[in-house]
Amino acid sequence: MKVKYFAWVRERVGKAEETVEPPPSVRTVDDLITWLAGQGEAYAHAFETPRVIRAAIDHAHVKPDTAIAGAREIAFFPPMTGG
Amino acid sequence: MAAKVTIRIQQADFDIGREIALLTQGRTDIGAIVTFSGICRGSEGGEAIAALTLEHYPDMAEAEIARHAEAAMSRWPLTGLTVIHRVGRITAGENIVLVLAASAHRQAAFQAAEFLMDYLKANAPFWKREEKPTGANWVNAHSDDDVAAARWTKS
Repeated sequence: MKVKYFAWVRERVGKAEETVEPPPSVRTVDDLITWLAGQGEAYAHAFETPRVIRAAIDHAHVKPDTAIAGAREIAFFPPMTGG
Repeated sequence: MAAKVTIRIQQADFDIGREIALLTQGRTDIGAIVTFSGICRGSEGGEAIAALTLEHYPDMAEAEIARHAEAAMSRWPLTGLTVIHRVGRITAGENIVLVLAASAHRQAAFQAAEFLMDYLKANAPFWKREEKPTGANWVNAHSDDDVAAARWTKS
């Protein structure tokens, strides 16, 4: 699945998007955050405070317990500050 | 006449007078237009801000604004709605966002404009980075924005 990062999550990870293949045990958004946080120092830094990370699946906001099965694109970003 | 909805995300500035003219052109069923424009402040907490850089998630930003526009249209008897959000570098004093809500009467227009801005601030995927004399930093979200957006779900 494609994963996108925005704002300081993007800066900390060091890339705007990538394709990831998490193991089948990674079922929810929260699981994916935990798994990503284990992919090296940059990821650990980006996801060090999971509760502040917001997520969207296929362009719609989702909660941490949302299943990721069937998702084409998952995005992670800080709370929004537009407007 | 069908309500006219315009949603744009752009780097360029917008002209508020022109946008109002586009919304009202050829119509006589609009009795009220409420205009909200958000502008880049030149200071925050006593620190000077030279500019903001707005990052966004293009596909989702458009989808999210469209969802909120539809919600506003179904909630109030609006005759037109314009939402323009700028991205990229915006210097102090420049426009950031524009919401125009048009209706036959003022109450719906006032409420819809406020609803849209509250929802945009809390839910639309845009992020501001401030340029200060001490360096650049990402703006922290205000929990007040979530509270402001949540009050519209109570009725």
